[in-house]
Amino acid sequence: MMWRSPLALVRDALRGQRAREKDLRNLASNLPYEGLEKVKQPNRFFPGNAIKTTKYTLLLFIPMNLFEQFHRLANIYFVGLVILNFVPVVNAFQPEVALIPICVIMTLTALKDAWEDFRRYQSDRKRNNTPCFIYSRKEKKFSERSWKEVRVGDFVKVFSNEIVPADLLLLHTSDPNGVCHIETSNLDGETNLKPRRAVSGVCVSDPEFEPESFNSVVVCERPNNNLNHFKCYVEKPDKEKVGAGIESLLLRGCTVKNTDHAVGFVVYAGQETKSMLNNNGPRYKRSKLERKLNIDVIFCVILLLSMCFVGSVGHFLWLEEFPDVPPYLVPDSNGHLDSPGLSGFYMFFTMIILLQILIPSSLYVSIELVKIGQIFFITNDADLYDEETDSRVQCKALKITEDLGQIEYIFSDKTGTLTENKMVFRRCSIMGTEYPHKENAIRLAVLEEPESGEEVIFNQRPQLSQTGWSLHAEDTNPEEMQHHHDNRRKSRVTGSAPSDVAFSSPLETEVIPDRKLLQHISRVESSGSRKTDPYLDFFLGLAICNTVVVSMATAERQRASRFSRSRQTNNPLDTLSNVAKKPFSLRHIFTSWKNKPKRSRTISEDSVVEEEHFNAPVKIDGSGNTDGLQTCSLQASSNSNDPARTPDNVTYEAESPDEAALVYAAKAYGFTLLARTPHSVTVRLPSGEDLVFELLDTLTFDFNRKRMSVLVRHPITKECVLYTKGADYAIMELLGTSYAEHLRGKQKNIATDTQHHLDFYGKEGLRTLCFTKKVVSKKVYESWLVCRRNALAAIDNREELVMETSVQLETELTLLGATGIEDRLQESVPDTVVALREAGIRVWVLTGDKPETAVNIGYACRLLEEEDLVINMSCKNKLECTSILDCTLEEVKRYSEDPRNVDTSQDIALVIDGRTLTMALSSDLQDRFVDLAKHCRTVLCCRVTPLQKSRVVKVVREKLKVMTLAVGDGANDVNMIQAADIGVGISGQEGMQAVMASDFAISRFKHLKKLLLVHGHWCYTRLANMIIYFFYKNVAYVNLLFWYQFFCGFSAATMIDYWLMIFFNLFFTSVPPIMFGIMDQDISAEMLLGVPELYRTGQGAGEYTFTTFWVSILDAFYQSLVGFFIPYLAYQDSDIDIFTFGTPINTISLFTILLHLSIEIKAWTVVHRVTMLGSVALYFIVTLAYSAMCVTCNPPSNPYWILHSQMADPMFYLLCIITTVVALLPRYMFHVLRNSIAPSPLMQARRLDRLDASTRDEWMKEWRSFRGLGQVRRSRLSPPPSPTLDTPADIFPQSPTASDIMADDLTLNVITDNCQRPVHM
Amino acid sequence: MMASSYTAKEEDGHITVSGPGALRSRKPENTAFKQQRLPAWQPILTAGTVLPAFFIIGLLFIPIGIGLFVTSNNIKEFEIDYTGVDASSPCYNCSQSFSWNSSRPCTCSIPFYLEQPYESNVYVYYGLSNFYQNHRRYVKSRDDSQLNGDPKSLMEPSKECEPYAFHENKPIAPCGAIANSMFNDTLELFYNDPNGTKVQILLNTTGIAWWTDKHVKFGNPGGNSPNLTAAFQGTTKPINWRRPVFDLDADEANNGFINEDFIVWMRTAALPTFRKLYRIINKKSGMVPTLPRGNYSLEVVYNYPVRSFEGRKRMILSTISWMGGKNPFLGIAYITVGSVCFFLGVVLLLIHHKCGNRNNNADISN
Repeated sequence: MMWRSPLALVRDALRGQRAREKDLRNLASNLPYEGLEKVKQPNRFFPGNAIKTTKYTLLLFIPMNLFEQFHRLANIYFVGLVILNFVPVVNAFQPEVALIPICVIMTLTALKDAWEDFRRYQSDRKRNNTPCFIYSRKEKKFSERSWKEVRVGDFVKVFSNEIVPADLLLLHTSDPNGVCHIETSNLDGETNLKPRRAVSGVCVSDPEFEPESFNSVVVCERPNNNLNHFKCYVEKPDKEKVGAGIESLLLRGCTVKNTDHAVGFVVYAGQETKSMLNNNGPRYKRSKLERKLNIDVIFCVILLLSMCFVGSVGHFLWLEEFPDVPPYLVPDSNGHLDSPGLSGFYMFFTMIILLQILIPSSLYVSIELVKIGQIFFITNDADLYDEETDSRVQCKALKITEDLGQIEYIFSDKTGTLTENKMVFRRCSIMGTEYPHKENAIRLAVLEEPESGEEVIFNQRPQLSQTGWSLHAEDTNPEEMQHHHDNRRKSRVTGSAPSDVAFSSPLETEVIPDRKLLQHISRVESSGSRKTDPYLDFFLGLAICNTVVVSMATAERQRASRFSRSRQTNNPLDTLSNVAKKPFSLRHIFTSWKNKPKRSRTISEDSVVEEEHFNAPVKIDGSGNTDGLQTCSLQASSNSNDPARTPDNVTYEAESPDEAALVYAAKAYGFTLLARTPHSVTVRLPSGEDLVFELLDTLTFDFNRKRMSVLVRHPITKECVLYTKGADYAIMELLGTSYAEHLRGKQKNIATDTQHHLDFYGKEGLRTLCFTKKVVSKKVYESWLVCRRNALAAIDNREELVMETSVQLETELTLLGATGIEDRLQESVPDTVVALREAGIRVWVLTGDKPETAVNIGYACRLLEEEDLVINMSCKNKLECTSILDCTLEEVKRYSEDPRNVDTSQDIALVIDGRTLTMALSSDLQDRFVDLAKHCRTVLCCRVTPLQKSRVVKVVREKLKVMTLAVGDGANDVNMIQAADIGVGISGQEGMQAVMASDFAISRFKHLKKLLLVHGHWCYTRLANMIIYFFYKNVAYVNLLFWYQFFCGFSAATMIDYWLMIFFNLFFTSVPPIMFGIMDQDISAEMLLGVPELYRTGQGAGEYTFTTFWVSILDAFYQSLVGFFIPYLAYQDSDIDIFTFGTPINTISLFTILLHLSIEIKAWTVVHRVTMLGSVALYFIVTLAYSAMCVTCNPPSNPYWILHSQMADPMFYLLCIITTVVALLPRYMFHVLRNSIAPSPLMQARRLDRLDASTRDEWMKEWRSFRGLGQVRRSRLSPPPSPTLDTPADIFPQSPTASDIMADDLTLNVITDNCQRPVHM
Repeated sequence: MMASSYTAKEEDGHITVSGPGALRSRKPENTAFKQQRLPAWQPILTAGTVLPAFFIIGLLFIPIGIGLFVTSNNIKEFEIDYTGVDASSPCYNCSQSFSWNSSRPCTCSIPFYLEQPYESNVYVYYGLSNFYQNHRRYVKSRDDSQLNGDPKSLMEPSKECEPYAFHENKPIAPCGAIANSMFNDTLELFYNDPNGTKVQILLNTTGIAWWTDKHVKFGNPGGNSPNLTAAFQGTTKPINWRRPVFDLDADEANNGFINEDFIVWMRTAALPTFRKLYRIINKKSGMVPTLPRGNYSLEVVYNYPVRSFEGRKRMILSTISWMGGKNPFLGIAYITVGSVCFFLGVVLLLIHHKCGNRNNNADISN
């Protein structure tokens, strides 16, 4: 290396700093500079690709780790005490001894940190040394290097299934269209393939890419952590700028799929890559219990200081009383005695050292250990394991397990959380005509009933699909099959349980076409007027207007799925590809329909079920059809061997399940999406003809527009056609001319008809989408294209500009029709909701759907009950909103204050839409809204945006001061999940963003029940009891020392050997409480699940309250008084020496403390017994060994042979027994009396727990039905207020009058029953 | 070449991603431990279940208490305060005219009368009150290795001993405040026989310290060498002492650091009012009581000052039992606790009859 002046070096460093800080970076290829020294490299300022995630280095580990650890307040407290101990006038113990606890704690922490860091180092090294291919000018080819050698400005070649080493701007791929697919599951867990497009026209790329020809400059923004946005442009030598965005960026950590190879230009490397910038460690949340705990720690500090003050003053007064210097006052080494005042002052600090463990510093360490244990048990719960996705519950936030036991409000997303998010096409409306798809409905209904099975109606099907399956199994290589979970496959073959056949089931992705519609289409097909027919357009829209990726079921793809196996969500791909191979394809039905219309008509005449819209019913059975099916299956098996691109082995990969459902629906009608490239879409028409549409642009979906569009050039008419699909309210206001001139007369009301259908769909609980078409004239298109290009090349607010251009084009749309897609409720959602409600948790649903859909779902999952009073709030402006709020609030209050219906507030439900919600959450109405919401048992918020979701959560959480939990599955729930006290992510169909942001990740909504009711309750009770116990333990032990001060002139002397004192906390009594915190079970899981009310004990203040804390502190005072004064009185005026006096006291306190815990332990397992006995054994073994060996080893105290001589003295045992009995008697008595006279619900549950299973179940039923009746009583007794007509709010009470009388009878029974029976709650 | 490296990487990737661990299902093991279903004993504390415990405690404790109380009452104890606070006291003069360094010993004699004969071995204690031997700094002020006979510590006493470590540049043996303040009164007992003769009672100086202390913890420098004077060469006596440590007793086995009076003193008392074993009067053979009924006199060589802390000095004569000295407390405590438990048992029985039935009904009513 050449010598360079330091000044130049400094200048260079400054320039580098500036280059990194600049908003735009100019990057050039490294190739022309290859081999030159570093200062000549253009991109030398940007970091290399080597990453370092380790926190420490080998040399600096100790100082850095110490620095890190001293950030903890508890450690500073410890160290402060140690330092205090080194001050000679203050020291209470030998300074070296005082170092031990802090050293032990800090060494343990340091070891843990070092181990973690070493693991990080190992993975870094592995990562950095992963091979990759970098272009080298010298070798004229891509040569193998390691990841750490990649620099900004290099050209890197990535092969299929390889991981991208740095953020690459895609320049070339093996695909002729310049497309490359990536899987981003390492970053966000999404397993669907995402297309990436090479920046076009930047470099020579035929046939082989020539990196050396690249002489443009890449201008990109500063690195940021947004995975979905990237802005850059490539400036060619001729100053032409080509914009590129995230669609051209291969992110570090992604896997290249379906593409043989891809070449990219490194824009960000190492720490600056988006994946690394996104990599910010675990989230830190503090639980409610810990916040409360900190207050109590402050109480302990106050207690400590006051005790020290007593000691200090006591010492002063004691010294004041001497007429002369007594021989036992030891002057300092100069023979000088401090004045009483000064001694008293010093004594204050000595006392702090002496009584230090009153501040339970070890409590924090213990809590952390306990939480690790609790998380271990939660994640190991087999009930929270989902077979289908092979995923357990994940605990991402390690510190808030006990918050699960205190939840009062749950905010839930609807789609994918309450529902499966597995979309099934149910109905559609085209040009104002409704097609109900009855056959499909019947099929799905069968699906839902596990027992009736498919045989009943589709008696031919199961066998067929089974053969299909086994065929498939033989086809694929046997090793491959092992990766699939055997049991899973089996259950799918038998095909009975609905949970097993979910999305992967062929029965759901396929759609049985509506007969009438099919006829209509075939008529249109044959008539040849297909260019303008709205029906054809509708299905074309269904097939084209999406971003679905078509992939073939090839071997390569399956291998890819194997790679993703170890990940969280199992790839739906393999299942999808299986679907493609299934022998039974709907196209065949369609063709058979077309070919043999006559026969099918005769079949349909046989069937009986249908009666509504059309006479031709549908059920597929009878001999004729069997023939057809058999031929089909033959055809299919031949197809599956044929690799050609046929509709049968096509699989679709959609970002959202809606899209997939729609494409499958289109396919059912013969409009098969065959291929999608960046520039074209191929659709096969029912006639077998392939249409290739030139894809002009895709206006992607966003939450503001709530729609997406695809702009294509029609291959026949050569018109530019815009197909738009979106939410009904996002489409309806953009409608322009009706479909065609010649239909004008009757089309006037298409929109109203469709809207009518949409409303109906909504009430059915279906998700609706509207489809429109627009023919864009050439002129308009060209002018728009210019705007679009400009917007795309913009660096600043590109998103806004792009969205604006989209909005520009999406006007004057022509309505084609609408679809209704069903999203089925997840398994046992109603059950879970009811259980949560019984547990005293209010469930809110926040959804983007329309109110009708939401209300319907609400009823379906029993959030709303028939007799509930549903308040519907929807208003246009703020003034109206204010008045509605006021009126409703008054109404509700009057209703609940009515003496006849106490508690009725529970049965009010509120439905509010997004717009009203915005107004209601504005600062002036907030309080009223929250007040209203407080009276409602359920609130449904419809049409809310992600931001509103989090706002609702925040407002409720802050105003009501309650514990909130948000559960969701999609990216739109992330805000809400982060705003709540606990965020739960459901790893579902919509990627992993919600899971990434969550504290706990589950795979089904029903898991919430056990997670909260069982684990939440356990974690909370365990931890709360452990913390209380910890406070008790420390106070009880320290007070022994404190009482002794009254007999040693407040000189901070101890009667217990220092070592034994340290061991006492560190070893003898530390394990049992931790075990208690991890493993104790007050009530069995069955009981907790059976009687959800038990959850209420943890809500609000819970068990850990001000009272329980002080009661236990008082108990500790009492026990320490007993533990000190009984030995004191027994040894009074005897020849006992100081440490012999301390030994029984220490032993007594060991027994008291452990037996106290024994009273608290609710379930004694082997582990409990072992730790308890082990602790006692350890105490005696260690103490005996210590006092046998330590003759002069611990100078101030003389433990030698003390315990031995004590243990030879019967007095010792007599003393231990009586003191322990007296100390524990009050607590024991308290428990006994409370349990006998006024048992808590928990206690009753425990008692039931001991009964045998059958009796217990009966009891549980009785208990719950009591409650149920009670509720009926509450709601029925009181007729809801008559809705005043001038109230704008719709209050519609629904109470069946007939049952009122009956309910009154029941009420009487309940009341009398209650009098006789014990109080249950 | 490219192709070969590609497959190589493929292999590599295969190994890392789909190792044996990844093949396994993530389903949690269905073990009793992991599913938190370990068989457990779930005691429920109710009146019914704990009733027997209370009665058992009551029935056990009351006899034990009675036994302890009786034992304690059988112990004979006699105590005499010889501080000399009152002007009427024989030791008043000594207590007034005292200082640590007075060369002429002051003696006083206190007559007393034993109403009961002491049959068994009698232990003679001296008692001090308001003497805080348990003061933190005082407790520390000693050097255990010096006392153990370590020659190095003999010449270089521990820092803990300061300011009683060196005197006139010579190490103090034994060093420290405890040794320095050693009790140095001499107590002698005389029996005034009814026939007028004054018989000195033989006081045994050995057997008063713990065996382990005398034989393990304490040891003279130079091991078993008989010449203690030489062993302590170069050291000086504690400031308050009249005689050097090697001149405490004529008996070689009870001299130096292993002098039992010294060892007893060095075992610092737990409470400010304490007694320490001074001598033992062994039972004579035959039926003669150790101390017969009658007049005695206590002759005190009054050296130890207690006025500075308003302390009291006592001489105690006591017999002992298996439970040590006379202390009725434990017996009373056992009786009380036993009775309380018994009473609570009865209360619980009533509660059980009232509520337990109700609970049982509730259980049965389903």
